[in-house]
Amino acid sequence: MRAASSLVFGRMERSGSLDNKAIAVHMESITKTFGRVVANKDVNLDVYRGEILALLGENGSGKTTLMNMLSGIYYPDEGKIFVNGQEVLIRSPKDAHALGIGMVHQHFKLVDVLTATENIVLGLKGRLDLKESAKKIRQICDRYGFEIDPDQKVYDMSVSQKQTVEIVKILFRGADILILDEPTAVLTPQEADRLFDVLRNMRDDNKAIIIITHKMQEVQSLSDKVAILRKGQYIDTLVTRETPISQMTKLMVGRKTELNIERPEPKDPKPRIVVENLTVRSIDGIERLSDVSFTANSGEILGIAGISGCGQKELLEAIAGLQPAESGNIFYIEDDGSKDQLLGLDALKIQEKGVALSFVPEDRLGMGLVANMNLADNMMLRSFRKGHSMFTDRVAPKKLAETVVEDLNVATPDIETPVRKLSGGNVQKILVGREIASAPTVLLTAYAVRGLDINSSYTIYNLINRQKERGVAVIFVGEDLDVLMELCDKILVLCGGKVSGILDGRTADKDEIGMLMMKVGGGD
Amino acid sequence: MNNHKEPLFHIVKREEMIWYRAWGIRLIAIVAALIVCAILTTVLTGDNPIQVYATIIKGAFGSKRKAWITFQDLSVLLIIAVALTPAFRMRFWNIGGEGQVLIGGLSAAACMICLGDRLPNWLIIVCMVCSSLIAGAIWGFIPAFFKAKWNTNETLATLMLNYIATQLVAFYTIVWEVPKGSGKIGIINQNSNIGWLPDLFGNKYILTIVVALIVTIGMTIYLRYTKHGYELIVVGESENTAHYVGIKVEKVVIRTMMMSGAICALAGLLLVGSINHTVTTTIAGGQGFTAVMVSWLAKFDPLAMIGTSLLIVFLERGAGEISTTFHLNHSFSDILTGIILFFIIGCEFFIQYRIAFHKKEGRRG
Repeated sequence: MRAASSLVFGRMERSGSLDNKAIAVHMESITKTFGRVVANKDVNLDVYRGEILALLGENGSGKTTLMNMLSGIYYPDEGKIFVNGQEVLIRSPKDAHALGIGMVHQHFKLVDVLTATENIVLGLKGRLDLKESAKKIRQICDRYGFEIDPDQKVYDMSVSQKQTVEIVKILFRGADILILDEPTAVLTPQEADRLFDVLRNMRDDNKAIIIITHKMQEVQSLSDKVAILRKGQYIDTLVTRETPISQMTKLMVGRKTELNIERPEPKDPKPRIVVENLTVRSIDGIERLSDVSFTANSGEILGIAGISGCGQKELLEAIAGLQPAESGNIFYIEDDGSKDQLLGLDALKIQEKGVALSFVPEDRLGMGLVANMNLADNMMLRSFRKGHSMFTDRVAPKKLAETVVEDLNVATPDIETPVRKLSGGNVQKILVGREIASAPTVLLTAYAVRGLDINSSYTIYNLINRQKERGVAVIFVGEDLDVLMELCDKILVLCGGKVSGILDGRTADKDEIGMLMMKVGGGD
Repeated sequence: MNNHKEPLFHIVKREEMIWYRAWGIRLIAIVAALIVCAILTTVLTGDNPIQVYATIIKGAFGSKRKAWITFQDLSVLLIIAVALTPAFRMRFWNIGGEGQVLIGGLSAAACMICLGDRLPNWLIIVCMVCSSLIAGAIWGFIPAFFKAKWNTNETLATLMLNYIATQLVAFYTIVWEVPKGSGKIGIINQNSNIGWLPDLFGNKYILTIVVALIVTIGMTIYLRYTKHGYELIVVGESENTAHYVGIKVEKVVIRTMMMSGAICALAGLLLVGSINHTVTTTIAGGQGFTAVMVSWLAKFDPLAMIGTSLLIVFLERGAGEISTTFHLNHSFSDILTGIILFFIIGCEFFIQYRIAFHKKEGRRG
């Protein structure tokens, strides 16, 4: 086994980074598909003890899927996993535990009404001795520098404390291979620093640590090596301190591919939506958008690029009247130049004001549509208030449903079918079809082609382009940089809730966008 | 790695079943229930099960009067079930029908007793109708308001309000008791008949039946064709979507629950003003809870509730009859009702899911 692995890692050793560290995990040619979607293809990954490995990649590059296979949540379709040099089968989280692998997920799995200790010992076999356990927890905390009170109830804890409990839980169970899925996404910078100190202590204790991230500064300050995935494929593993950031982002976003999406010239663009110094905080006080300013013109598509969770959702929802803001302005500019403040109005008031604003949200079935209702009833969502009668107009939505089905080639048995039974692409056609049916002047779309096949994607691009030609101001939040660069007239890059750059879509350079997404070189 | 054993079967959710197959399964369930009941009857009592079943039918429809009472009981249960339905469609689990009925009945009784000789009869009836509807609406408003403002648990709140309503009735029973010391109110305005709701077509049962029909048809239209009905269904399906299209969730929750409570109170009004002419703590008789089952069995479709409430009332009345005819105690008829309902509710499982038995197959790993 030893010989085989050193053969596999020959390249790494030649690079001179390996100073006789023991291998903890070796993944070989791992492939995992979900239906037609290939989440991981032929991925190889090596993790050594006493090292922190950063797993870097864009959204949907398959980082979490890969780690879920290591922690027993998914089972790979193909490929082998070796732990400590032995080939293993990891069929369940229990198997992963037994191998000393533990994962901290983005969403914590704790029982609120129990204390830290109770949560940590929950599910363990053997005699339950809370006092003894608490003592052991304190020992773990002292050893690595965690700060938690074993007797504190989880509902009294901050997000960072809850995360600490999750990490201690894994250590308590004897894990020495730790996986953290975007651990800093929910933390303040100070909390993140503290977490990094702890992780470094654990590394020095000869544990193997994998951290999923797409924040460049974290990769740099924390990791020893960085493994890069792109669109489900393994690209390379590099030694962090020997690699310039620009090379990492280049590998991460890849080379530009031609998609041949049509991009008509904007006709007579005029400011339509003006956002000034917009700041939005989440309920727990974390800043989601900070001092965001930009203008979206009529007859143009403004693309929004950024790693997921950088404030795209909050930005669109703030414009659509679904998200209260702390400060700033959102103005709607009428054709005659008069300004209307949209901030502080809810969706209904914006509609009543005569602003024809359409919004295709990210969560299609959970927000944009009602999954259990049929096509016609879903068409009514926007229009059911029309007229003074207490009864709804059932005829117009039915007609609209029929038109949308015909015009957009929606594959459905009939318009009485609940939308939950349709495929993702057809669901999106229904949603986009409804949103543009109301002749909007502003169209907001979030991840409009996520999960769609090529044909459906082009249908959606076409629809958006037709709206652009009608003089609609389109704001297009996207994740595929190639699409953004071919479809959009302007590209605004968000990074951590801040605007890190606004580029011209026709001249923008992929590496430049990648750097701005990582906040490298972007004006701070 | 340890080899874990594969279970013998697992449960798979079905695609939607064609309606006649679904009804076929329900029919089989009823037949199976009747067979089990028959065996149990023979074993435990030695009576002839066929005779027992005949008695059940006779108990419910054996005479003209019995049939009318069956339809009247059905109507009251139907009104309560229909009243709960909009709340359920909104995913607001109103199990406070009992309290809402009681408080409506108490308000009506209060008008009958306190306004007895002071106002003309028609005005008293108007007061009864208004006060009971308002009382029911308030009983619906309280849990809805707390739910909307502070997201309290509506199930607990509506349940607790049942006890408050019961205790209020108990309190006023002592205040208004006739004669003193009897611990009950007795028939209100027995001689003057003031505040007694009028008979329709000279038949004292028809009023309740007509009201039930109006309420059922009205609710069907409300849920299917009105803007309010549409809004509450959207709220029930997805609050996110409601928010997204600008529906005010809090307003819809409060509005719907006030309506739900008011219609429940209407049943209380009929129980006091038209059927019993008195109020007791047991006047709702658990129908606030039975109605939950009626509504659920009908999949929240008001028209289908005519069928489900008929089934339950039929079983209850028939069961009462066998306990007297065969000199069995009432618990035995409850056992039979329980078995039949268990089968009917249980068969829904087989309509929604199917059981897949495992075949040997090559497994990975």
